[in-house]
Amino acid sequence: MASASQSQFTNPFVRWIDNRLPIVTLMQREFGTFPVPKNFNYFWNFGAISMLLMVVMISTGVVLAMDYMPNAAEAFGSVQHIMRDVNYGWLVRYLHQNGASMFFIATYIHTFRGIYYGSYKSPRELLWILGVVTLLIMMSTAFMGYVLPWGQMSYWGATVITNMFAAIPFIGDYVVTWLWGGFGVDSPTLSRFYSLHYLLPFVLVAVVMLHITAIHKVGSNNPLGIDVKSPQDTLPFHPYYTIKDCFGLCVYLALFAVLVFFTPDLLGDPTNFIPANPLQTPADIQPEWYFLPFYAILRAVPNKLGGVALMFGAMAILLVLPWLDTSPVRSARFRPIYRPLFFVWLASIVLLGAVGAHKPEGIWVLLGRIGTIYYFGHMLVVMPLLGWIERPLPLPESISRPVINKDSLPRGASVAEIRS
Amino acid sequence: MNRLVLTMALAGLALGAPARAEEANTLTPPSQSWSFAGPFGTVDQAAAQRGFQIYADACSNCHGLKYLHYRDLSGIGFTEDQIKKIAARFEVPAGFDNQGNIVTKPATPASAFRPPFPNDEAARAMLNGALPPDLSLITSSFPNGPNYIYALLTGYRDPPADLKLADGMNYNPYFPGQQIAMPPPLNEGDIAYTDGTVSTVAQNAHDVVTFLAWAAHPDMVQRKRIGFGVVAYFLGMAGITFVLKRRIWHGVH
Repeated sequence: MASASQSQFTNPFVRWIDNRLPIVTLMQREFGTFPVPKNFNYFWNFGAISMLLMVVMISTGVVLAMDYMPNAAEAFGSVQHIMRDVNYGWLVRYLHQNGASMFFIATYIHTFRGIYYGSYKSPRELLWILGVVTLLIMMSTAFMGYVLPWGQMSYWGATVITNMFAAIPFIGDYVVTWLWGGFGVDSPTLSRFYSLHYLLPFVLVAVVMLHITAIHKVGSNNPLGIDVKSPQDTLPFHPYYTIKDCFGLCVYLALFAVLVFFTPDLLGDPTNFIPANPLQTPADIQPEWYFLPFYAILRAVPNKLGGVALMFGAMAILLVLPWLDTSPVRSARFRPIYRPLFFVWLASIVLLGAVGAHKPEGIWVLLGRIGTIYYFGHMLVVMPLLGWIERPLPLPESISRPVINKDSLPRGASVAEIRS
Repeated sequence: MNRLVLTMALAGLALGAPARAEEANTLTPPSQSWSFAGPFGTVDQAAAQRGFQIYADACSNCHGLKYLHYRDLSGIGFTEDQIKKIAARFEVPAGFDNQGNIVTKPATPASAFRPPFPNDEAARAMLNGALPPDLSLITSSFPNGPNYIYALLTGYRDPPADLKLADGMNYNPYFPGQQIAMPPPLNEGDIAYTDGTVSTVAQNAHDVVTFLAWAAHPDMVQRKRIGFGVVAYFLGMAGITFVLKRRIWHGVH
C-alpha cells in the first residue's frame, strides 16, 4: 500500500513531506501538469488576475483593520489617521480602495468572457453558479466596505440600500430595523457591517476554492467552445499558462499602480471626503461605478418593490443562465445571430451604467427603461429562442485541427483517422 | 453639468447653507494653473508656506485643520526649528490640572493643529448659526475642488441691484444660492509676505489653495515619486515575462 503512494519527488525533504501529506503531489497535479486547452486567448488571464486581487484585498484589509475604528464617532477620523499618520498607511488604504475597482474590473471581464464563450454550458453549470455566488459575495462585501469610511456617500448609500428591504411586503420595516440594529443607520449598523466585511472575504475564499475544484473536474472551456479531444489539444498548465498569467498580471498590476500612485481618487466620489451627516442629504446619491448598472435598474421601475426585485433579479437570473441558453454551441464565434446580440447586450449594460450615474430625469429615465428591458429581454427571450432559430457555423473538429503538424502523423494515416 | 450641480449642492452642505434654488445662476469656476496638477505635479513649497501663513493669519480663526499635526509642516519645507517656533505660537489643550480644570500649553510639533472652537455649538453661537467646515480635505470634497475654492475666495463682489441679501450674508456668484455666511476672507493688504512676493488677493488665494491641496493629500509628492518606480518595475517585468512567454511557447502551434 505504502509503495503505491510513494512520492515521485526525489528531493529528500520534499519527499518526506509528500509521503506524509501529499500536498506537493496535489499542487503538481492541479497547477503543474494539469492539462489545459492550448488555444486560450488573453481573456483567460482574468481568473488568475481576480485571484491575485482577492489576495491583495484580504492582505491590505487585514492591515487596515489594525488602525480602523468601527464606530460612527471615530470611523472617518481613523481613516484619515491611517492616510496621514500610519507609516505607508496611504499606500495600504489606496491599494485597498482602488483594489476593489481593479478586482471588479477583472471579475467582470472574467464573467463576460464566460458568457461570450458559453463557459456556463454543460458540464460547467455548477462551476458557473459558483462563479455567480462569488460575484454576489464580492458585491455584498464591497457594499459594506464602502460604508466603513463613514463619509457622506458611505452613509447615504447605506441608507438607500438598506431602505430597499422596506419594500418587502408586511415585514419590510422590521427587516430594516433589524439590519440597522436601530432606527436609522448609525454606529450599530457600521460595526455590524465592519464585522461582516471582515467575515465575507473568507467565505469568498472558500467558494473560490470550490470554483477551482469544479474547473479541475470539468476542465477549462476555450475560445472555440469545443471539447478537448486528445492530449494534442492541451498543454500542461506549467510552464505555458503560469508564464502567460505572469505576463498578464504584470500588465494589469502596472495599470493598478497608475491608479494607486497617480490618480487614487479618480474612481471615488468627492462627497465621501465630507464626514457622514445624517441631517444633510447629498444632492445626488450614487454608488461606486461597479454598481451603477444595478442602480439604474432599481430606478428604472416606478414601483419600489418592483425596482428592488428587478435589481436583485439582474444578478439572480445569471444563476439560471445555463438553462436559459438553449443553443448547444458554446462559443459565440460560431453563432452568427447571437454574437452581435451579445454586444448589444453588453452595450445595454454600459448604457445602464451611464444611466446610473445621472439623475433620473428627462432622457435618462427612458434610456434606463430601454436598457433594463434589453438586459432582461436578452436573457429571457433572445437566448432561449436563438437556440431554436439560429443556424450555427460549422465547428472545427478539434482544437488542434487547423494547425496539425503533418510530419507528426504516422505513415499512411489520414488526418481524419488521427482525429478520431 | 451633473457634477457641477453636485459641487454646488455640496458647497451648500459644507458651509451650512441649504442649496436648492438659484443653482442655475451659480458661475463655473475658471481653471487655474496648479503646481500639484498632473502626474508630474509636485507642491510649490514656497507657495504652500505662504499659504500656511494665510491659513494661520486669516482662516484659522474660524476653520480647523484637525487631521494635521504641526510636524506635518516638514512636508512643505519648514525646518524642525521653524516648526517648533510655529507650534509654540498656539495654545492647545493639555489635559486637566488636579482640580479638574482644563489646562493649555504651547503646542509642540507632535500636537494636532489648534481647533478654532472648542466644539461645533460654540462655533455656531459665535458665527450667526453658521458652522465653518474643517479644511483638512476641503480641496478634495468637491469636483474640481482647487479651482472652486480659488474662485470662491476671489469671487466676492457687490450684489446685483435686484438681490436682497439675507441678514449677515455676503454675495458670491460661485457659491450655490450666491449668498454665503463667510465674509470676504482675503482683503488687499491684509497679509504681508516675508519673501518679497507681492501680496494680492489673487496671489493669497492661489497660495492658500496650494497649501490646502497639500494638506488634503500630504502623501502626494512621495506617492508620485514611488509610483514611477512601481509602474516602471511592473512594465519591466511585463517585458521580461513577455519574452519568456514567447520562448516557452515557441514551437507550440
